[in-house]
Amino acid sequence: MIALDRIKTQLEATVPGARLEIVPNDSPSGQRSLLVDCAHAAAVAERLRDDPDLRLDYASNVTGVDWPEAELSEKVKIKRVVEGVESEVEEIRKTLRPGCLEAVYHLYSMEKKHGPVILRMRTENRTDKARLPSLTAVWRACEFQEREIYDLYGILFDGHPDLRRILMWDGFQDHPMRKDYVEPDDYEYEPTPHDEVLERAKGHHSREAAT
Amino acid sequence: MSAETVTAAAAEPPAFGAAGPAARHYEILPKTPPAGDAGSGLLEVSMGPHHPSTHGVFRMDVVLDGERVVKLKPVFGYLHRNHEKIAEGTTYLSSMPYTDRLDYFCSLTNNWAYALAVEKLAGLEVPERAEFIRVITAELTRLQNHVCLIGFLLQDMGALGTPLMYAFREREKILDLFESLTGARMMCNYMRFGGCRVDLPEGWLEAAKTVVEEYPRFLDEFERFLGGNEILLARTQGVGALPKELAVNAGVTGPMLRASGVNYDIRKVDLYGIYDRFDFKVPLGERGDVFDRYMIRVLEMRESLKILSRALADIPSGPIIDPKAKLRGFRPKPGEAYGRIEAPKGELGFYLISDGSPNPYRYRVRPPSFINLTILEDMCLNHLVADVVIILGSVDIVLGEVDR
Repeated sequence: MIALDRIKTQLEATVPGARLEIVPNDSPSGQRSLLVDCAHAAAVAERLRDDPDLRLDYASNVTGVDWPEAELSEKVKIKRVVEGVESEVEEIRKTLRPGCLEAVYHLYSMEKKHGPVILRMRTENRTDKARLPSLTAVWRACEFQEREIYDLYGILFDGHPDLRRILMWDGFQDHPMRKDYVEPDDYEYEPTPHDEVLERAKGHHSREAAT
Repeated sequence: MSAETVTAAAAEPPAFGAAGPAARHYEILPKTPPAGDAGSGLLEVSMGPHHPSTHGVFRMDVVLDGERVVKLKPVFGYLHRNHEKIAEGTTYLSSMPYTDRLDYFCSLTNNWAYALAVEKLAGLEVPERAEFIRVITAELTRLQNHVCLIGFLLQDMGALGTPLMYAFREREKILDLFESLTGARMMCNYMRFGGCRVDLPEGWLEAAKTVVEEYPRFLDEFERFLGGNEILLARTQGVGALPKELAVNAGVTGPMLRASGVNYDIRKVDLYGIYDRFDFKVPLGERGDVFDRYMIRVLEMRESLKILSRALADIPSGPIIDPKAKLRGFRPKPGEAYGRIEAPKGELGFYLISDGSPNPYRYRVRPPSFINLTILEDMCLNHLVADVVIILGSVDIVLGEVDR
């Protein structure tokens, strides 16, 4: 395992202006990751690939993660002085986590045979600013995998040479791996129309009549 | 890729949620040359999805100049069922039988990769006997995968039937072993988090030893027929060469990578399971052409046999599953883990994010044959159509895994 903190300080020195953050991981795997800002991602990636000590020449796994907007609640212990007596009170603090889409890159080195170093990038939001820089120019291995992220999560990769759908068909409208994806209502394919299906069909017919 | 396409894509982003950049990467050529023009002479051919050499439902959009390939774009997704979404909707264990269907030739290595990732996520230990069983089943899987691949490759070259049937005969013996151990020939669903599902039945080790002892004889015979075959040499040598640097940069793994001369075998690098206890070599190719890829698989089978005979002799008795492992109510702590193994086709990885619930928050398969297809075009350019079939055959894809 390579010390992520050391990589972080090195990168901050060599890539000026890069905002890096270590994302903790509480699971026994202990695989922490490095969150990179979009503007410096390509420079950081190139540095990681070409640094003589790291030589992370192999992007193994590239994938997306969807984090919809969520209200997180955590229990916080607060010391409070009530009538001159200090006591500890538990309080639930709620924070709003803004939604974002994330791309995760698992990097290894074939030359030095070490890894993984995990790189993450986050989009500004999940709707109109779902954009990230493409790292295909650094690692060709990202080409199909970034296309897959675009297809299933809807992240637009700037600078990708060939950003098309890859698993779903052209003309498909949505991004099915998102947490809020709703399957289209295919009542017509029900083999035996029963009460529930007929009820749903009514809705379709009234909509057709209205148009 | 020209610089123009890049800037054009960046300047005009498709509307969010729209179908995406509808323009295809290459200009679609008119089917008939316009009148008064002799035509460019280029021909667009759609190879597949129902082409016998595509090993399933896989399509290649090929642009040909005569018989020479000018452009080639793989098209897939015909078998896409969004395996990852399905897995996010069920418990961790319920996805185990589903992993069998990824690479349906190698269900046991798929099981192992998934179990390994979950074990990393939850911090489970695996008993020694279970580790041995895992190595034995994984190496048997590698034997039958490689031998079938060679059979299919020869079938693609026009040696219809016979070599494939020789390969299938040997595979049958290994599948019989799987059947008596797991109850299923291909969809084994055998590994569990922290061990294996059932112990070896009586007489299984002896039966496996017989298979392993007889295998080299078959391999010698197979190689005697094929190794010096003039047609095989002429069709494969110098075809579809993949340079080392490109192979590394494009994330190619498995026998394909080693055929290009890169010494990278995850069994040696990560030493997962108990691979540190076995003495085996990593065969490497020189030129990375189809012949090297064929030869690497033959040599890897011989190394697998070494591991197998060692493992079958050394297997200890004991429990086969970690007593702390919970089958019901399994909820790993929040966090994430990436586990990977050297599957017969390359690096098979599983990336899991847990939010503390019984279902994985994110479940991702890193399929080796999907990523090995990235450089299919680079390998096929300037080759004949007939070579494309062989090059694709030597990549060793299974569409259950590519499309997920």
